[in-house]
Amino acid sequence: MNRNRYRLLSIPYVIWVIGFTLIPILFILIRALTDDGGAFTLTNIVAIFSPLHRKALIMSLCLAFISTLICIILAYPVALILRGSRIKKKNIILFILILPMWMNFILRILAMQMLISNNGIINHILELAGLSPMNIINTPRAIVLGMVYDYLPYMLLPVLNSILSIPEDVIEAAKDLGSDKFHVLTRIIIPLSLTGVGSGITMVFVPSMTEFVIANILGGGKIQLLGNIIEQEFTVSMNWNLGSGLSVSLMAFVLITSFIFGRNNESTATGITI
Amino acid sequence: MISKTLGKIYIALIMIFLYAPIGVLIVLSFNDSRSRVVWGGFTLDWYTSLLNNSTIMKALGTTFGLALSSALIASVLGVLGAIGIYSMRQKGYKLMLFATNIPMINADIVTGIALLLWFVRFLPLGFTSVLLAHVTFNIPYVILCVLPKLKDMDIYQYEAALDLGAKESYAFIHILLPQILPGVLSGFLMAVTMSMDDFVITYFTKGAGVNTLSTLIYGQIRKGIKPEIYV
Amino acid sequence: MAKELIRFENISKSFEGTTVLKDLNLSIHENEFVTLLGPSGCGKTTTLRLLGGFETPDTGRIIFDGEDITALPPNKRQLNTVFQKYALFTHMSVADNIAFGLKIKGADKSLIRDKIAYSLKLVGLEGFENRSPASLSGGQQQRIAIARAIVNEPKVLLLDEPLGALDLKLRQGMQYELIRLKEELGITFVYVTHDQEEALTMSDTVVVMNQGIIQQIGTPEDIYNEPQNAFVADFIGESNLLDGIMVRDCLVNLGGLDFPCVDTGFGENTPVDVVIRPEDVELDASGIGQTSGTVTSIVFKGVHWEILVESKIGINFLVQTTEHYPLGSSVGISVDPYNIQIMHKPSSEDERVFDQDETVSGENYEP
Repeated sequence: MNRNRYRLLSIPYVIWVIGFTLIPILFILIRALTDDGGAFTLTNIVAIFSPLHRKALIMSLCLAFISTLICIILAYPVALILRGSRIKKKNIILFILILPMWMNFILRILAMQMLISNNGIINHILELAGLSPMNIINTPRAIVLGMVYDYLPYMLLPVLNSILSIPEDVIEAAKDLGSDKFHVLTRIIIPLSLTGVGSGITMVFVPSMTEFVIANILGGGKIQLLGNIIEQEFTVSMNWNLGSGLSVSLMAFVLITSFIFGRNNESTATGITI
Repeated sequence: MISKTLGKIYIALIMIFLYAPIGVLIVLSFNDSRSRVVWGGFTLDWYTSLLNNSTIMKALGTTFGLALSSALIASVLGVLGAIGIYSMRQKGYKLMLFATNIPMINADIVTGIALLLWFVRFLPLGFTSVLLAHVTFNIPYVILCVLPKLKDMDIYQYEAALDLGAKESYAFIHILLPQILPGVLSGFLMAVTMSMDDFVITYFTKGAGVNTLSTLIYGQIRKGIKPEIYV
Repeated sequence: MAKELIRFENISKSFEGTTVLKDLNLSIHENEFVTLLGPSGCGKTTTLRLLGGFETPDTGRIIFDGEDITALPPNKRQLNTVFQKYALFTHMSVADNIAFGLKIKGADKSLIRDKIAYSLKLVGLEGFENRSPASLSGGQQQRIAIARAIVNEPKVLLLDEPLGALDLKLRQGMQYELIRLKEELGITFVYVTHDQEEALTMSDTVVVMNQGIIQQIGTPEDIYNEPQNAFVADFIGESNLLDGIMVRDCLVNLGGLDFPCVDTGFGENTPVDVVIRPEDVELDASGIGQTSGTVTSIVFKGVHWEILVESKIGINFLVQTTEHYPLGSSVGISVDPYNIQIMHKPSSEDERVFDQDETVSGENYEP
């Protein structure tokens, strides 16, 4: 009976969504589809395929893909180990694992920079140990390292949640029906954790694909990702139409890619409540 | 047994990976040396100089003020919005959930640019524009924290309160709100963290005068970093 | 009969296109224990929620004590509900739960304290004031839910399947408890259940519902002994529901054999539904009876044996008897004319769910 009236409570939010989510998207679309004079054009959209931009796009795709993959490879065993262990305070371990998320993003990148820069701590230690210093900063490897470091918690959280929430009796039922450990893993645990992995992929792939800060700090500005190019269009070149066009194309790429290999499971991304 | 030990070692390694850089950062903030590497003895000088550095203190103030106010506004709008969405029928419910997910799924850089393009039409860039932007990306976190609580909530408790003579407002405050409060709190905390953590959206919407800690540090990185920033 | 307290007038209700109640009319009297009985989805809970004020009807009015309360919100109604899953306020103590309604009314503290103690005593949970609802067993939570409702001295107590979540033993105990409570309080109880045993045990009046339509209203005895249609006969207790032909008054043909009965007014050679309760089928070990048959199954049920007999007239009779008949033995079968209940056949699928007295209007034939 009061359902109708309760729906009215969302009016401020609906207005906010229209005003600050939908209209801005409309604006970026308009900018993307027009030139300086305001005439309709597709130049800005297809600009992503120009030789210069294409190189950045491929670099972005590769780095994001590699980072996401490493995150999955690192996170999945953690979830399996935690599930198998008798540690009672699994939630505390989970909490400790994702706590770095609460640390300022820029500071974390900065910390990573101090560790791996040429005169950084790791090289210092290597030197003391009489080993040759490694040269990693300002390479794509450094960017991948930064992305993995930064986004691993975003993969850990949904993957752990989905694996830890598989009921024990489902696994016992599988064993009862004759599954061995490997069979349980491939036929029960992995299929049931796919939604978690999917949202983890979205949460890692989307930001790493559109990254420019990590590339600027750890890549030393030498490696151009699509994010860097877009940022420069807005802050340096001041070609907002081109910047918008590139953003729209980038977003299309992100959505398509994460849909293909992540099935874009945004609803499970809500597992961030602790 | 061996696999158990290996498992523990693996988790320990992951933790070291996640915490070592942060640890280094903290240690350096006490380092009495300008160099990033050389340990020159324990000092609190950087903390003192931090307290005396008005730029950093101002950025710190902006960061906290922004986080708290945007989280507060987002919580109020988000709780009302979540209750509204919860009461909607199938179609409206799905539509609103989709709209709610847009800022979460959208890349920060796109959200930031989109807001920038919109704000320059009617608003001088500054604290207000950053606040509006932060509220925008904070509301979804509140809604997605509150909505599951609403679903789990025992709606009959609310009806029982009405049945026992409570007005709707009374039942709302005394029965409904306590049930969804954990969701509201975690939503609020999420919003505070997300706001403090954000760099990209702030970067695009902030304009010249305003700096949060994130944008300040980013600006400093190019110029060379002083340890007081690690604090 | 006592004064009429509640009247549903032509109530219809549908949810998102699904009709839940069709033109419902029902009177409830002072100090009556009325049970709405039916399978899930029959509209019984909706009827109760309409009375509680949690739903508004699409058409029709609800009259309470002479006043139209159709649009009155729940907090203004002089009735209280015991919810199916109790709906205790989990963040409050037992005492605060019970005091909830009194505090809203602004009763003073000493009165509230007395009333809490009194109502707890009434439900047999003295001294539970400071417990938290979560620490109580299902049965105890149930009693607190009842105490919380009756402490407000409602004229009517609405109970929505309150015993559904309890185990069998507790459920039977609570049935007698509820009857005792009602007698002590002297108020009207409107009780919703799908459990026919509960309905027959506790009620003054049983309202059998199906598909949003009242099938029969009557005392438990009426409902059991004189079901008005096949649905009621089938739903209440176990029965042999048979196709028959009314040859003439007081004679019905089952499977080619004529049985004397006591019903009249069905015309001649009319197809009818026939109900024979399993305990009313008499068996005879020496094979003497109106017809005979073979025992095809026999199951021990505690107080009686449940036997399936395949008769020579092609009908399988379900029989309950205290005597044992060996499997495969031949038995005689007979039924007392008074124990054969004749009912009209529904003239269409739609009518199947209608009360015998209702006329079928055109709108009910819509798809």
